Amino acid sequence: MTDLKKVVIDPLVDNNPVTLQMLGICSALAVTTALLPALLMCVALTSVAALSCAAISLIRHRIPNNIRIIVQMTIIASLVILTDQLLRAYAFETSKQLSVFVGLIITNCIVLGRAEAFAMKNPVGPSFLDGLGNGLGYSLILIAVATLRELFGAGTLLGYPILELTQNGGWYEANGLMLLPPSAFFIIGLLIWAIRSWRKQQVEDADYQIHEVHRTDVY
Amino acid sequence: MPDKKTFDRDSISNTLMVAVGLSLICSILVASAAVVLKPIQLKNQEEYRQRIILEVAGLMQPDANIAELFATIQPANVELANGESVEIYLEQIAGQTQQVILPIDGPGLWSTMRGYLSLAPDGTTVKGIRFYEHGETPGLGDQIDKEDWRALWVGRQVYDSDGLSRIEVVRGFVARDGSNPSAQYQIDGLSGATLTGSGVTALVRYWTGPEGFGPYLATYRLETDR
Repeated sequence: MTDLKKVVIDPLVDNNPVTLQMLGICSALAVTTALLPALLMCVALTSVAALSCAAISLIRHRIPNNIRIIVQMTIIASLVILTDQLLRAYAFETSKQLSVFVGLIITNCIVLGRAEAFAMKNPVGPSFLDGLGNGLGYSLILIAVATLRELFGAGTLLGYPILELTQNGGWYEANGLMLLPPSAFFIIGLLIWAIRSWRKQQVEDADYQIHEVHRTDVY
Repeated sequence: MPDKKTFDRDSISNTLMVAVGLSLICSILVASAAVVLKPIQLKNQEEYRQRIILEVAGLMQPDANIAELFATIQPANVELANGESVEIYLEQIAGQTQQVILPIDGPGLWSTMRGYLSLAPDGTTVKGIRFYEHGETPGLGDQIDKEDWRALWVGRQVYDSDGLSRIEVVRGFVARDGSNPSAQYQIDGLSGATLTGSGVTALVRYWTGPEGFGPYLATYRLETDR
């Protein structure tokens, strides 16, 4: 039981798909200008990740090795299209803001990565939980980034004014940079730094050691 | 699972079976979702379009029934100079046209901007503008969506006395102290979004020009002058 719990909890911080595995960065930059689309994206990705992992795990003994990636992609793509159609029907306004990024969940490395690395080798239950955990790990980062960007970029959260903007007679001057993609890079970078200062074991070994070089050294 | 050892999942027959079976199941799933959800999606799109038109016309009220509000809006067809027929909308109350709502589109900085422009029945006074689709820079160009900028358009004139479309988005602020004879045709620019502003100027001038709705709007101006 503790093992199953670990499968869900682990990807939240200790093995986070975004900050440790560096996956899914593209959509993390694109859909985090406001909190609402980010939340919807989290729900979409988490359900696709969990369901595709479960489905792939279910037929893992039958999947031929040489077409396994195609089989995984077919299952993921079908679930993504299904999600996209559902969003267009029941969350029309927000799905317009997400535009192509729901469709691009197909190419999100988190989903295919978990399918190939975990679901192909594990039973249905743990695979589902693994997909769920990784989806939630991604969501955690997305929600953090989107909260910061919407709050400091537009002074609102979920569209409700929190910081009174100067243009409406308040005190806060909206930071336009927060609404542009580079700010998400900065925020994710700072998050990674913060997490690695807290969890030292995540710090990677340096590939090269900086050392003193003397002029007489022969290269 | 002892039988798994004898089962060869890499055999050609199993490969084909998995490929065909999976494609079949997935296509049935995707196709049925698309068919079942289609009516709801179409309804959403239609409602969205109607809401945009009501917003351009300044008729939108929060929590109102869109279909009910839309009852005063009548579609009409206008033939352009190149023979193409375009659907426009007229707000009519008791047979009197209150505003003329025209679809407009054209290149912005990053992608095509699509929206509506509403004119008073004098064929020149702007009543509203709204873009429902664009890819302008978030925080800069996308301010064309903002209510305070759209409000700057209301009351501006499109045509001068010679019937030339003069409306434009300028750089910076428009002097409105009487020193600027063109002030009635000009709208304040958006800082950091000069190219978006030029795009808006170009597309509004195109659609109000001779290749767009110019000749059609001229009939309204003639009627007003009479």
